[in-house]
Amino acid sequence: MTAVITGLGIAAPNGLGVADYWRATVEGTSRIDRITRFDPDRYPVRLAGEIRDFSPEQHLSGRLLPQTDRITQLALAVSDWALADAGAEPAALHDFDTGIVTACSAGGFEFGQRELAKLWHDGPQHVSAYMSFSWFYAVNTGQISIRHSLRGPAAALVSDQAGGLDAIGQARRQIRAGTKLVIAGGVESTLCPMALISQLPAGNLSTRDDPATAYLPFDVDATGGVIGEGGALLVVEDAAAARARGVRIYGEIAGYAAALDPRPGSARPPAVARTIRQSLADAGIVPSDVDVVFADAAGLPVADRQEAHAIAEVFGPHGIPVTAPKTMIGRLNSGMGALDVATALLAIRDGVVPPTVGTTRIDPNCQIDLVTAARRPARLATALVLARGVGGFNTAVVVRAPSTETGEIDDHAYLPTAS
Amino acid sequence: MTTLTFPRLRELILEAAGDDESIIFDESRLDATFESMGYDSLAFMETVSRIERTYGVDLPEEDVMAQKTPRALLDFVNDRIATTE
Repeated sequence: MTAVITGLGIAAPNGLGVADYWRATVEGTSRIDRITRFDPDRYPVRLAGEIRDFSPEQHLSGRLLPQTDRITQLALAVSDWALADAGAEPAALHDFDTGIVTACSAGGFEFGQRELAKLWHDGPQHVSAYMSFSWFYAVNTGQISIRHSLRGPAAALVSDQAGGLDAIGQARRQIRAGTKLVIAGGVESTLCPMALISQLPAGNLSTRDDPATAYLPFDVDATGGVIGEGGALLVVEDAAAARARGVRIYGEIAGYAAALDPRPGSARPPAVARTIRQSLADAGIVPSDVDVVFADAAGLPVADRQEAHAIAEVFGPHGIPVTAPKTMIGRLNSGMGALDVATALLAIRDGVVPPTVGTTRIDPNCQIDLVTAARRPARLATALVLARGVGGFNTAVVVRAPSTETGEIDDHAYLPTAS
Repeated sequence: MTTLTFPRLRELILEAAGDDESIIFDESRLDATFESMGYDSLAFMETVSRIERTYGVDLPEEDVMAQKTPRALLDFVNDRIATTE
């Protein structure tokens, strides 16, 4: 059983849908900007990557609007796009042969904040009955399952920024166990005051006001990350079933590994190098088989150095192109890993590594070949995607181009798609 | 005496649970079940909560949940309003 990705759905601050997002990303279009969703003046963090061109009423029936947080409104639209991109009709399969796994680290915070305000201002009778599920981590899994009748294995994973990758690992597990089609990924939005202040104590966010210098991973001037909203959902199928349907295959989920960092203060090293090695071993490849790394790129000196050391340890100093297109849109929490995998697959499809923007003076402690302008390497068939989450989560996913020996490559695999 | 009318009930339901343009919801549906119009128990609870707030009436959950159609709900609510007054 080989788990392959046949459809992508994307919602990001610099593009809704695969085509718009990918164009903006290759061009290095940044959408980090002052927060407009609420007045950020009272908060130490005033920048974010906002999705400003999404109108939920264009995508969802009026019945869904009162019962959904923004994370769910975005996720439902993205799930539609992913299935359309895959040309997949879950209804054509048996209900129990289709599954869903999403990651979520915050839940429907904005909905919860609104209902909490009603509770205190107006009283308990004014709290929405939909509060019962709309805020919940598993809400996207449930709502997507209902929308597309995906009644097989369902899961909701909570591992902060690493969750989007863990969802993809879980999808592969489900495909191997016989599920025919799984939607996997994450879509997240934490752009309300309550969600913002919940993220402040960790101290991981940049407090700069200039979008050009706020989020500079691996730079000598790095001071933190920036929050973004959005994410991606991927349609994952068994390779043989996808071939039988005759659809385009973006690539294979070749390797997956996850590990936890040692407890703070421990003398043991962080788990990131071990996670990378395990993901390569799982894929049955060696470091020289990998063509590009999509980094977690926390934008914090300690975390950046840990990640850079791990990459240099496995691939050699400056030994492999490393990129972080998330510098254009901010860090999407659980949406990030899935979007990075989608981005890696598009990079493989078109043979181009999208850039890391902002970073200009690389920290000499970070011995990595950071891609700061879109680059076309001689070979781009295998990508490693890394994510690290608050709490010590480390996850790595290896994706590679459809295998030629099994005839999975077809002519239209490398043509730019229209949508 | 205040009464809950069908047009007002319809407004409250749409506020509480949203509209679905594909489902006709006018007076011809007075005897259709809420369920058949796609309103689940949460949509119903949310609507009931708005009726309670708007009309200052207490609608005991067990009794009100037994009202399956707009007509039954209107009669039930208006009885309760009359009793309260």
